[in-house]
Amino acid sequence: MKIKRNLLYLFLLAGAFLMAVPFIWMLLTSLKAPDEVLTIPPKLLPSVLNFKNYSYAFAAAPFGIYFLNSFLVTAVSTFLQVVTSALAAYAFARFEFRGKKILFLLFLGTMMIPIEVTLVPNYIILKNLGWLDTYMALIIPWAVSVFGIFLMRQFFISLPKELFDQAQIDGCTHWQILWKIVFPISRPVFITVSVFSMVGSWNSFLWPLIMTSSESMRTVPVGLAYFSFEYATRYHLMMAAALFATLPVIIVYFFAQKYFIEGIATTGMK
Amino acid sequence: MKKNENILAYAFIFPAALVIIVFHIFPTLYSWYISLFDWDLISKTKEFVGLANYSKLFSDPDFLKSLLNTVYFAAGTIPLSIVIAFTVAYGLSRKIKGLSFFRTVYFLPVVTSVNAVAMIWLWIYHPDAGILNWFLGLFGVSPHKWLLDPVLAMPAVILMSIWKSLGYNIIIFLVGILSIPGEYYEAAQIDGASGFQIFRHITLPLVMPAIFFVSLVSLIGSFQTFTQIYMLTPEGGPLKSTMVIVYYLYQNAFVFFKVGYASAISFIIFLIIFTLTLLQNRFWGEKIDYEN
Repeated sequence: MKIKRNLLYLFLLAGAFLMAVPFIWMLLTSLKAPDEVLTIPPKLLPSVLNFKNYSYAFAAAPFGIYFLNSFLVTAVSTFLQVVTSALAAYAFARFEFRGKKILFLLFLGTMMIPIEVTLVPNYIILKNLGWLDTYMALIIPWAVSVFGIFLMRQFFISLPKELFDQAQIDGCTHWQILWKIVFPISRPVFITVSVFSMVGSWNSFLWPLIMTSSESMRTVPVGLAYFSFEYATRYHLMMAAALFATLPVIIVYFFAQKYFIEGIATTGMK
Repeated sequence: MKKNENILAYAFIFPAALVIIVFHIFPTLYSWYISLFDWDLISKTKEFVGLANYSKLFSDPDFLKSLLNTVYFAAGTIPLSIVIAFTVAYGLSRKIKGLSFFRTVYFLPVVTSVNAVAMIWLWIYHPDAGILNWFLGLFGVSPHKWLLDPVLAMPAVILMSIWKSLGYNIIIFLVGILSIPGEYYEAAQIDGASGFQIFRHITLPLVMPAIFFVSLVSLIGSFQTFTQIYMLTPEGGPLKSTMVIVYYLYQNAFVFFKVGYASAISFIIFLIIFTLTLLQNRFWGEKIDYEN
């Protein structure tokens, strides 16, 4: 029994190590001096910690702008997603109105439309709106999350009806009920929706690749792709860039892990 | 009061509905319309060709290859990923210490951007100085040019993709395994069932819905795969060996500017994913409560 347990730990640790190897290798390479990178056989550890690689990689391409763009787009679209989703979810959960069921099914139905299918028409729409290569193109089409609406609606339905009745008797408007009463007690679901939108928005690639063209509009993933082609042989710089590009998401993930795992566990959403 | 509520409800839904209609529903229909034309995206006029784009698709060797490559990608990724993820999830479910540590490590690749991790794998697969060749060399395996080799490029992309999505599958399986009531196991033990019998006759069948769900989600994901192909094997790889369907769509639309043709491809993708999602909702659908 004891041996079995130890074997289990050994197996899980070996698996965890294999999963971590690419990250470890990224970290080690990112700290190496240029002449230590392409050696055969590979030199596993850097002889000195060459932290300059990070500042060099950061300055080699306008990463400052890429980060600014990504932060802006991520922050605004996450905010908009949360607000529009909360409003719609509140309506679907608390109001009786004509066409409610059909509208809700229609919303859910759009989850079956992969963005890849709408790339061409959306490109044309954004072009006609004059939004191509602007923040509008990166933010507005992503200002709603059907997943968010679905998740929040489920949560709002589970809240006791008396809560709402009492608030209305006290003279609260629905807008006030949503933000002053429902919002504070629904914090976990708001955080879950935010975390998913944040990570989704930060990592989004195909959309900004197509909808932007100038260097000053690139987000981190798009900038990273160009950087990767341009610096294809300088792996210490590539690894340094990969490392600082993933850092924000890793930080968010460490703090909000619980919401992530629970979100996936309850909805199967990615 | 009632009438007021109607208006208020529509007002609350309006922002979401506007975006969904303008950027999701309308473009889907518009895409079907464009697929009936021959158009280069720039010309003022487009030529109506009816279903010609569709009939062209099925005699286009590159399209058929991209479809086949996508199926190859799915077949290479999904079964292997399920077996590994299930094994790890089963291990994690055995009341072990450090569960959150393991979960964090296994899940980390899921949240990181494909672009960044693809850069790491480009480096791992490096033909001369990559650690994969070095590691295999320790066992006497001669070095390969992974991503430059038409036979090995797809397996290399598959390996990275399994690594990337494994954590997601582990979480789904772990939830499935942990939700099995303890009494089932106790009853089986009282009846003298062996560990393997318990696994075979209790755990496995009860986790089957989760396995089915993961298969479908991964299958849908395969038909959306783009970024790792773009990053690891530009132009669809050596001899187009990693040209998957979304990459072919991207090329036709935004490299060759054959927008009508690209829209026909996207309709095929739509049909495939729509069907798979309907299936998926069937099996995960009890969570979606349409009535309330």
